[in-house]
Amino acid sequence: MSDLVGTGYLRRDGRKGIRNVILVIYTVECASFVAHQVGVGESDVHVIGFSGCYDNAYALRLMLSMATHPNVGACLVVGLGCEYTQPGRIAEVAAASGRPSRWFYIQEKGGTRLGVKEGKLALQVLREEMATNTVRVPLQWGDLTIGAECGGSDGTSGLAGNPVVGKCYDALVDRGGTAIFEETVEMIGLRDMLQSRAATSQVAAELDATYLKAERYCKAVRQYSVSPGNFAGGLTTIEEKSMGAFAKSGSRPIQGVLRVAQRAPGPGLWLLDSVPDDHFMQFGYTNPNDTEGVMDLIATGAQIVLFVTGRGSVIGSPVSPLIKITGNSQTYERMKEDMDFNAGTVLSDELTLEESALSLMNTIADVAAGTPSKPEAIGHREYFLMYKHQDVLSIEAGCHA
Amino acid sequence: MASMLCNIGAGDEVTVQGPGSIRRLAAREAIRFGHKIALEHILKGNPIVKYGVPIGFATASAQPGEWIHLHNCRSKVNERSSGFDPTTGDARDTTYV
Repeated sequence: MSDLVGTGYLRRDGRKGIRNVILVIYTVECASFVAHQVGVGESDVHVIGFSGCYDNAYALRLMLSMATHPNVGACLVVGLGCEYTQPGRIAEVAAASGRPSRWFYIQEKGGTRLGVKEGKLALQVLREEMATNTVRVPLQWGDLTIGAECGGSDGTSGLAGNPVVGKCYDALVDRGGTAIFEETVEMIGLRDMLQSRAATSQVAAELDATYLKAERYCKAVRQYSVSPGNFAGGLTTIEEKSMGAFAKSGSRPIQGVLRVAQRAPGPGLWLLDSVPDDHFMQFGYTNPNDTEGVMDLIATGAQIVLFVTGRGSVIGSPVSPLIKITGNSQTYERMKEDMDFNAGTVLSDELTLEESALSLMNTIADVAAGTPSKPEAIGHREYFLMYKHQDVLSIEAGCHA
Repeated sequence: MASMLCNIGAGDEVTVQGPGSIRRLAAREAIRFGHKIALEHILKGNPIVKYGVPIGFATASAQPGEWIHLHNCRSKVNERSSGFDPTTGDARDTTYV
């Protein structure tokens, strides 16, 4: 397989995007209608936002990492005018990263209609500015950060979908790329196995602390990451689901633990800890739905996220395309319009795991080179930003890993 | 423990492919695609092993060929799900009134 994947958009920080979208961010639920109206009919515009009026450090870090994401070429931030989160400050950070950026308050512009008008005008200006500062460069596997998530797992996920992604992750890491997996609440029961994958003894300690927090979280909120659809699909316990979910990490050593909105300090395989810390509000909530995990993965700078679903899922994502993989051939046939890849061929002995992983690498290369993934082409842009609490100190500590 | 790669009816013969071995046994009941079939006699309270690790423990004894799921296997940590409907997976402990 050639090392060259295609061409990317070079950003000032050296990272390369595979898309060049204009990101519209709203800073409170009250601004969401106007923000979405600004995006209507604009195929290069993706919309995300935070619904809370009271600000939240986690949500802000997530918005900032989206505003400066390699797949984002320009940024428009829309506020109402009362909320804590300051749209002007987000636009400032985006502008400092070399991205054309604008922001406004709806109250100052005169309401819904005039706010939408202001936003549409801003898009025109941003596009003009983008046209003059866009630099295309060759894109290699080593330039890619790829996230992986699963949702709607069934008995095939641990046998085909996730193992194929795991093989693919091995290949990506061997080519110098960065692979990020998360869902520590789906590692319950695998404490020793997780530690055994650590690159160093320091990382082993980090992984263990992360595991133990996930276990405390599940006990405290009395919630395990296993759902009726998982049971209907043949998974009986969280331990069984965990074994399947963990297979997507492949077999390479884990280099360290990332916190939400933190970039991997180097290439290789990394674990993202998206579970809230337990000192504040007694955890709060994590893992409310698949989209939350996908957003956390994209916020690490991942240009693509692989999404493994046995039962079938119809979500997509803003900023970074989601590639839909199922290990269930029946699901693939039934939901072909939504599925990018059938790993079920491994279970029917049509392909070996290695052959299927190579085929998946080709699918990833196509998407990286510009071919829209299925959810991307359909127009899925689901996003989810919630109140969550994670210490920033740990992010700084994690950077030395 | 083996995972079914197709739906099967009671009395049907199942071929089990393991690493370097093939064996056959009869299903004692209908088992759906993606669900699990017991290969050995499992005593109540014993661990149930898949992928070489315990994925839970038996809440009832099971014969080879029986369906292993929520009705006879329970997580060591998650206390909620063992009472759920084994066919649909639906929660039975939530009141909708």
